[in-house]
Amino acid sequence: MTTPLSPPPKKDPQKRTLSPTRPPEARSRAFLGLSAAAAEGRFALQKCSECATFQYPPRDACGSCLSTDLKWTDCAPEGTILAQTTVRTSTKLFFRERAPWRTGTVQLDAGPVIICHVHGDCERNGRVKLINRLDRSGQAVLLALPDKRSLNMEDDPQLREMTSDPKHRRALITDGRQDNAPALAKALLEAGASIVFVGESETWRPYPTRAPLLEMKGVELLPLDVTDTQSVQKLAGEIGGKTDILINNARFLRAGGALARGDTGFAKDEMEVNYFGLMRLAQAFGPAMCARTADGVNSAVAWVNILSVHALSNLPEFGCFSASHAAARSLSQSLRADFRGAGLRVMNLYVGPTEDDWHQPVPPPKVMPAALARSMIQGLQHGLEETYCGDVAKDLYERFLDHPNVLEREMTLAGDGA
Amino acid sequence: MRRRASYDGIAIVAPHSTPYQRYSIETAHWWIAKALRGSLNSAGLTPRDIDGFTVSSFTLFPDTAVGLTQHLGLCPSWLDHIPMGGASGVVALRRAARAVQAGDANIVACVAGDTNHIDSFRMMLSSFSRFASDASYPYGYGGPNANFALLTDRYMQEYGATREDFGRICVAQRENALKNPRAVMKKPLSLSQYLEARPIADPIALFDCVMPCAGSECFLVMHQEEAERRGLPFVTLAGAIERHNAHPQDPIQLRGGWTMDIDELWNMAKSSPDAMDLVQTYDDYPVISAMQIEDLGFCAKGEAASFLRDKDMTITGDFPHNTSGGQLSAGQAGAAGGFIGLVEAIRQLLGSAGGTQVKGATQALVSGFGMINYDRGVCSSAAVLKAITI
Repeated sequence: MTTPLSPPPKKDPQKRTLSPTRPPEARSRAFLGLSAAAAEGRFALQKCSECATFQYPPRDACGSCLSTDLKWTDCAPEGTILAQTTVRTSTKLFFRERAPWRTGTVQLDAGPVIICHVHGDCERNGRVKLINRLDRSGQAVLLALPDKRSLNMEDDPQLREMTSDPKHRRALITDGRQDNAPALAKALLEAGASIVFVGESETWRPYPTRAPLLEMKGVELLPLDVTDTQSVQKLAGEIGGKTDILINNARFLRAGGALARGDTGFAKDEMEVNYFGLMRLAQAFGPAMCARTADGVNSAVAWVNILSVHALSNLPEFGCFSASHAAARSLSQSLRADFRGAGLRVMNLYVGPTEDDWHQPVPPPKVMPAALARSMIQGLQHGLEETYCGDVAKDLYERFLDHPNVLEREMTLAGDGA
Repeated sequence: MRRRASYDGIAIVAPHSTPYQRYSIETAHWWIAKALRGSLNSAGLTPRDIDGFTVSSFTLFPDTAVGLTQHLGLCPSWLDHIPMGGASGVVALRRAARAVQAGDANIVACVAGDTNHIDSFRMMLSSFSRFASDASYPYGYGGPNANFALLTDRYMQEYGATREDFGRICVAQRENALKNPRAVMKKPLSLSQYLEARPIADPIALFDCVMPCAGSECFLVMHQEEAERRGLPFVTLAGAIERHNAHPQDPIQLRGGWTMDIDELWNMAKSSPDAMDLVQTYDDYPVISAMQIEDLGFCAKGEAASFLRDKDMTITGDFPHNTSGGQLSAGQAGAAGGFIGLVEAIRQLLGSAGGTQVKGATQALVSGFGMINYDRGVCSSAAVLKAITI
């Protein structure tokens, strides 16, 4: 079993905040396929299309038959530890500050031999299951877990370095008015978040989700309007130094594409909230969060954007809204680059139509707030960067991966009509 | 199968070791020039007299052997650059020998050298190989310490070797180093100091690790007639092997490429392990020395620990091993670590080893091991040298 994490002591402002150091980032281009799989939490290795040999480390040609046709393929993660060590000193500051650090050699049942991080509960020469995770450099690393769950295993200090677990952390949900706000807050508290700040715009205007939020112990409502730069900066000044996970659920949504609307009014609102809102939040909260990514148990760890999956490919029925989310998605990629040096992770949680007023004309399936909250917590606990909630989002992503141009043609059909 | 031609007629001449330094403000070029000049001076030659040149170095970037020809004023008809780390010395020797036998070059200078700036070791680790930066350094970044810790852990589990067994190798080498004025380590080491040392990456502790330093080594290869004409004392090459990426199916490295070529080595050399007066293994970690002693036929697989328990590995002992102190006690000067045992063996057989001289040494085994590309050392090499009195 793992010693459970204790809530962090009150911060001593006289002491140095640990600088955000990172494990090594440099990798080959072939390797980035593993990082892309880790961003989604998948354990995949290259497999030779000709001789079916699994490869590791990632290669440009099969180590068995020289074929250059290697495909990233999900792989059975079971294996056995052959050797282990505990690194007690390292030339890399990240590990020097976190030693001792356990690593080992694992013989994977699927073939390859893998040097990996080893969870504290793995037995010597024991059976293990490998997981593929992003480390704080934003690159994939493989970690051996005991083949059976052990008590408090998510509190293992090495595992926790790879994840964005809400336990003992402080989260900010940017828009309490969204239908999903109570479910998101509840899930965070249940996952161990010590406090959940919830932003509230136009506080004088009543809204139905306020009462359930107020009922939750651990929720604190604070004024925040993502369309107002001053409001965002003011809140960042108050809680920017203690926001460990930021969840941007602010959203403005109306139906229709350009021709369905007479003017650019709604489109401007969509951009103000969905795109500029994200930018304002990043400019106000980003620097403080980036400075605190190594700050102990409640270090700043993740930035979550809840995005429409139609950011990937436009849904003409919500054409202008999709465009604003495409802009937000593109900005999130830029934020990833901005945050990467500090090891702050941007997780995009993609979702199809959600169960709310503005999606009433859309047929099911639709995503319920509780399902969205579950996906978010799972994504944080697995340290993901990309996660898809619900069948519509998953289906659309699969089609996107298969052929983005074919998907676009499917999405933009006019229909045969009469 | 066609047998390899012998190395008859080859003379190995003018060994030179530039005294190592823990840190140096000089460059690899400087260190390489020092060693080359040392060998040329002792042979009474000038840079214009050599027409073959090979170099091994990690810190020469952006230069290679090519840049060095202009930098050092050489005009060779045969040029090589050997990036094989700890296997480089023997590989350089056997290639140079073939060039001389074939007449592609008359006199080949084989050089290795590296500098060691503050922080240059850490910088080197980060760009050592593609597989390492993809798949081993992100894991604790222990560098070779962590890799060899894993091999040592498996070796100990498999064969029952203990830390004391590895400690005896290190302690004997320190005793040898105290007789070598060029060695970086100057203080005696006891077995209890070894056992109580600061842990680095379990089961590896401080004295299992080499000290990165700056230094360089050189020797010359020419025809025996050339050496005789110039009145230069020389030793001969009785046999040599190299092998790369052997046994890829072994899940973890408990043996090296020597096992594939060992019979050929001893046949070619017309000799055997018990005829060796001294043994120079590549000792980046003591487990690797143990592995070589097994794979080169001194004892059966897994029995190095018990074999060495009955042996005295010091200069005056019955199994003189790494007589200059090896890398563990003389220091690891980058790629020069692949030459240290070879250059010392040449001195031994020439009778010019000074304080570390093994009395009456006439045959020596030198072994090289290099380049942890991912999880194991990829290159292995070995050579048998003989004094001309045989």
